[in-house]
Amino acid sequence: MANSFYLVTLLPLIGFLISGLLGKKIKNEKVIGTISTLAVFIPFIIAALTFFELLSADPGSRKIVLNYYNWITAGSFTVNYAYLIDPLSISLVLIITGIGAMIHLYSIGYMHGDPGFAKFFAFLNLFIFAMLHLVLADNFLLVFLGWEGVGLCSYFLIGFWYEKKFTGDAAKKAFIINRIGDFGFMVAMFFIFTNFNTLDISKFLEGLSGYNVGDPLLLIIALLIFLGATGKSAQIPLFVWLPDAMAGPTPVSALIHAATMVTAGVYLIARTSLLYALSPVAQMTIFYIGLFTALMAATIALKQNDIKKVLAYSTVSQLGFMFIALGTGVYWVAIFHLITHAFFKALLFLGSGSVIHGMNDEQDITKMGGLKSKMKITFITFFIGSLAIAGIPPLSGFFSKDAIIFETFKEIGLPFMIITLIVSALTAFYMFRMVALTFFGKPRYDQNKVHPHESPSTMTLPLIILAVLSAIGGFIGVPHFMGIPTYLEQWLHPVFEKSTAVLETIHKVQEPSMATELLLVSIAVLVAVVSIVIAFRRYSKQESFEPEKGFGKVLENKYYVDEVYDKAIVTPIQKTSEGFLWKIFDIKIIDGFINGIARYVSNISFDWRKMQTGIIQDYTTISVAGVIIIMVYILLS
Amino acid sequence: MIEINYYLIVSAILFCIGVIGVLVRRNAIIIFMCIELMLNSINLTLVAFSSYLGNINGQIFVFIVMTVAAAEAAIGLAIIIALFRNKESVNIDEINILKW
Repeated sequence: MANSFYLVTLLPLIGFLISGLLGKKIKNEKVIGTISTLAVFIPFIIAALTFFELLSADPGSRKIVLNYYNWITAGSFTVNYAYLIDPLSISLVLIITGIGAMIHLYSIGYMHGDPGFAKFFAFLNLFIFAMLHLVLADNFLLVFLGWEGVGLCSYFLIGFWYEKKFTGDAAKKAFIINRIGDFGFMVAMFFIFTNFNTLDISKFLEGLSGYNVGDPLLLIIALLIFLGATGKSAQIPLFVWLPDAMAGPTPVSALIHAATMVTAGVYLIARTSLLYALSPVAQMTIFYIGLFTALMAATIALKQNDIKKVLAYSTVSQLGFMFIALGTGVYWVAIFHLITHAFFKALLFLGSGSVIHGMNDEQDITKMGGLKSKMKITFITFFIGSLAIAGIPPLSGFFSKDAIIFETFKEIGLPFMIITLIVSALTAFYMFRMVALTFFGKPRYDQNKVHPHESPSTMTLPLIILAVLSAIGGFIGVPHFMGIPTYLEQWLHPVFEKSTAVLETIHKVQEPSMATELLLVSIAVLVAVVSIVIAFRRYSKQESFEPEKGFGKVLENKYYVDEVYDKAIVTPIQKTSEGFLWKIFDIKIIDGFINGIARYVSNISFDWRKMQTGIIQDYTTISVAGVIIIMVYILLS
Repeated sequence: MIEINYYLIVSAILFCIGVIGVLVRRNAIIIFMCIELMLNSINLTLVAFSSYLGNINGQIFVFIVMTVAAAEAAIGLAIIIALFRNKESVNIDEINILKW
């Protein structure tokens, strides 16, 4: 399988070229849709076969490096176009291609009739291509290629309906804010190159063994990489692009802003986990930012009325959970939550897309209601997804979220665990608020104008598959005390064993008793169930909506973060650029300098011009004078 | 025998008169005459040296100089006539189109 692994990235590229270049000629939507979906599904098959190959191999040797091309050679510095296939990367490749293929299938139905149908699939394939490079790359430079590539495709896809100004603005916002993170990543690469003379990830991790815990250089690199991660994975302070990115088509939100691109930051930190194990300060920073982001985003989601905005803030919050997991040092749990979140968040987004499609592009949940009888499959799958995200056993979200809450208690402490419980409660609450307002109660829309209908099977089939995965996907990471082996932890063990070893030398925690674990699990479930019940009772019968007042208004306006950024950062930069750098520095100083030189030369020439009288005798006079001077000089010397 | 110095001095004086004439006179034809004067003063020098050194080369060169002078005068006068047809004047103070 390793011999044909190149197809995994080549096929999406070919799909992009076909849809992009020949899309206008092949007007048949089914053909384009099928080609694009196969361009992602076949890689999934190949990845699955490679997965089984790795599974059957010896646990210590589950690592394949495929070197295709010697990209850069400069003295002793080499960068290869090479893929690193190990448990971590193959898991992510499966998620990307698997969920990606389902979303491609879904898009055939969702984007039906759109004039840019072929362009959409071209960009989706290009995105898969770039994202695969990000996770498969063997060195930071290739990761960065994928990193930038997904940012670019995100820009294309968010701004897909660019005729509306808001959409173009949202795309620009996403790209620019991502860029700030990219700057962090780039500077980190500079530091890595200068100090380790390599950008190869494996060599870098080996080189770390010569450094002590708490080394300032490692801290700088770790924080810079984390800055990049906050940009891509929408954490504080760079999360503001994600809610705006909902302006793009719903499959884009599902694929990019739920399942794949936003997890790039989590993946990168997991990949370089040894660095973070050696920098406790950086690791705690990740924990705090993840925690604070999770809490903040969950509170904002409570008061959002756009179905996709709720899910957007939910994504930011759940990404916060993943960073909390990274911050506790139990890295496999972050990947676990990444996987389960990919399942249920993609499901929820696709479900919301189905609702939007059925409600004739209506996105405001205050204008919905009673849809459960009209869109049965969408309702059931959406309900399952909501149960998963709320953390109800035995669905997948329960296992991954519970693992995070437990690890927070074990590694960090009780007060922080309580905060994660609060976020968990809020998550359950806002999700079921949304479910209640959308699917239950009496219809709050004009029944004559809007006729909600179930979506076609190309859209409902992915929903069903994802619902099944959300329900049973958690069993790969069952906690020890329940008897089933924690498959995912064992599978990812080779990737994280060095980092875990370093963390154990720093501080060893008491493994809590089974009773404590059971108690915590029960509390978490109880909290979730209570939140669901309260939300349900409050919102399932709601008829009318009053404008928000007080703190509710602050939440609805997302703590005015965008306005604060605008006043504190954007406007000053704009004013300085316009008022000072342009009007004064560029026009007066630089232009003035250049024009001044020109004027100076012009003035000198004005006087010297007078030598040209046009009278030959003047010229002859000067010639003769010259001759005389030369003659005198020769005669005298 | 007249000493060569005298010939050379006469020749030099003639040359200087010619130069000053070129620089000072306004009429183009007069300027040409002064140029001829300069050329002839050179002829005189060449012949004087040929006689003094007993070498015939000087006199041969005089022939060449005369030929060149004649050719150059022909062309120059043709130019002046063309100029006169355009400008109705041979006063070179008025021929200053190359003025800035």
